Amino acid sequence: MIEVIEQVEREHQSKMLHTEEMVLNMGPQHPSTHGVLRLELVMDGEIVVKVIPHIGYLHRCFEKHAEAMTYPQVIPYADRMDYLAAMNNDHGYAIAVEKLLKIELPERVEYIRVIMAELQRIASHLVAIGTYGLDIGAFTPFLYCFRDREEILSIFEKTCGARLLYNYIWIGGLSHDVHPDFEKEVAAFVKIFRPNIKELNDLLTYNKIFVERTARIGVLPADVAISYACSGPMLRGSGVKFDIRKNDPYSIYDRFDFEIPIGMGEVGTVGDCWDRHIVRCREMEQSCNIIEQALEKFPTGDVAAAIPKRIRPPKGEVYARVENPRGELGYYIISNGTGNPFRVKARAPCFVNLSVINDISQGHMIADLVAILGSIDIVLGEIDR
Amino acid sequence: MALNPKEIYDQLQAHFGEAILTFEEDAQVIVIDPTKTKEIGLVLRDTGQFKFDFLMCLSGVDYADGNLGVVYHLYSMMHNHKVTLKVKVPKDNPKVQTVEKVWRTADWHEREAYDLIGVVFEGHRDLRRILCPYDWEGHPLQKDYKQPEFYQGIKVPY
Repeated sequence: MIEVIEQVEREHQSKMLHTEEMVLNMGPQHPSTHGVLRLELVMDGEIVVKVIPHIGYLHRCFEKHAEAMTYPQVIPYADRMDYLAAMNNDHGYAIAVEKLLKIELPERVEYIRVIMAELQRIASHLVAIGTYGLDIGAFTPFLYCFRDREEILSIFEKTCGARLLYNYIWIGGLSHDVHPDFEKEVAAFVKIFRPNIKELNDLLTYNKIFVERTARIGVLPADVAISYACSGPMLRGSGVKFDIRKNDPYSIYDRFDFEIPIGMGEVGTVGDCWDRHIVRCREMEQSCNIIEQALEKFPTGDVAAAIPKRIRPPKGEVYARVENPRGELGYYIISNGTGNPFRVKARAPCFVNLSVINDISQGHMIADLVAILGSIDIVLGEIDR
Repeated sequence: MALNPKEIYDQLQAHFGEAILTFEEDAQVIVIDPTKTKEIGLVLRDTGQFKFDFLMCLSGVDYADGNLGVVYHLYSMMHNHKVTLKVKVPKDNPKVQTVEKVWRTADWHEREAYDLIGVVFEGHRDLRRILCPYDWEGHPLQKDYKQPEFYQGIKVPY
């Protein structure tokens, strides 16, 4: 009889000990949300049960604005979507409209665009890696990354006058030619930058604390990644060898010889945060390869030769996609034959990549959520558009 | 083996019959029945010759002729081919079957299309607004959208 009473008491106690789930707000103002993102967390103690992202704090109606603008006027707005990779955004938009207009570009324009896009990719990855270190608690790599990014921004500034939002790639060409020392400066930068990648890897990537914080955290299996249409380093980190520059080439990327780095689970599981990080590091090396090959064959010519006087695409629709530093950036444009686009839809890679966060963070600690969010590398300007 | 959109249209027509409406020759778009998107999506995703496992983009469109539309851009990683599907629904009853369970990425895309265009996705588990505030009225990307004068008692063109 006493045993039964004890049993009942124990059960009662264990029920008393069971704590309720707690709802915790992370953001919209939080240093590790990289902008104004609010995550509603359902927590069981320190364990994350559910993540509900609330986005839209930075919504500025890009698509509605685009309908009221002429085609060239949309480019500055496209700049402001992913403000860390403005060149790539312009490149995607320009390619989409050029497909509608069926324009052939001069060789020199294509080469300058590719070099600019790859420089921008390096700059964007440097911010991603630097701030990821900050999220985890490493302050020094951030300074090293920004030191190198500064060189790239100087090259951009010398070419088009702006450091962040360029409005440089226009429909059918470029706003103006590169400055006279461009080739020399880019070649010098690549030469200096290559050893810096190794330095960065020694400092951060293979650092024991960093590995402990990121290995086996936020594992994204390949089939989930494809079902969520994740792209860029998110997808490649999961071991899927897919890069639009290789698999569905645009511009002149089919002329260059480069590798697609993928996550292989070197320190943990395939598809964990560390894999996504190492893919970014290795992509920078590949970008250097592309830039060097482009500089070798850098042609001369007039960059404004193919810019149409009057941009009025025929009726029709187009979906063009390019490889942004964060993944697949697509533009779906419908033209009704007038000077303004009828509909512009931007398929933002971060918007899609972020939607997977609930699936990959369940069961992790709240501190790991910061590591997961950092490894997705979001830019809120692009998510909210 | 990569298929072109016309071949995909012919094969879908043979499989589904009336649910596949027309083929727009100039844009290479297959127009399908809005109440059958899930079945068609499952066949496109799982059948060996299609294998459209990657939904690149899902866009809502207001065609300004009394119709709303949804456009699906699909890609196959295995066969490296693409296809575009389209549905059209009347603006006063804009109901489209959800494909959220076919491609998980459609979850947020459909929420966005609902928020900005006003297409209602039937069977979606969590059809809330995503970019606009939850208490926003109207769907801003509709062509006849009027900017509200007040939002929560605050004059909008402040």
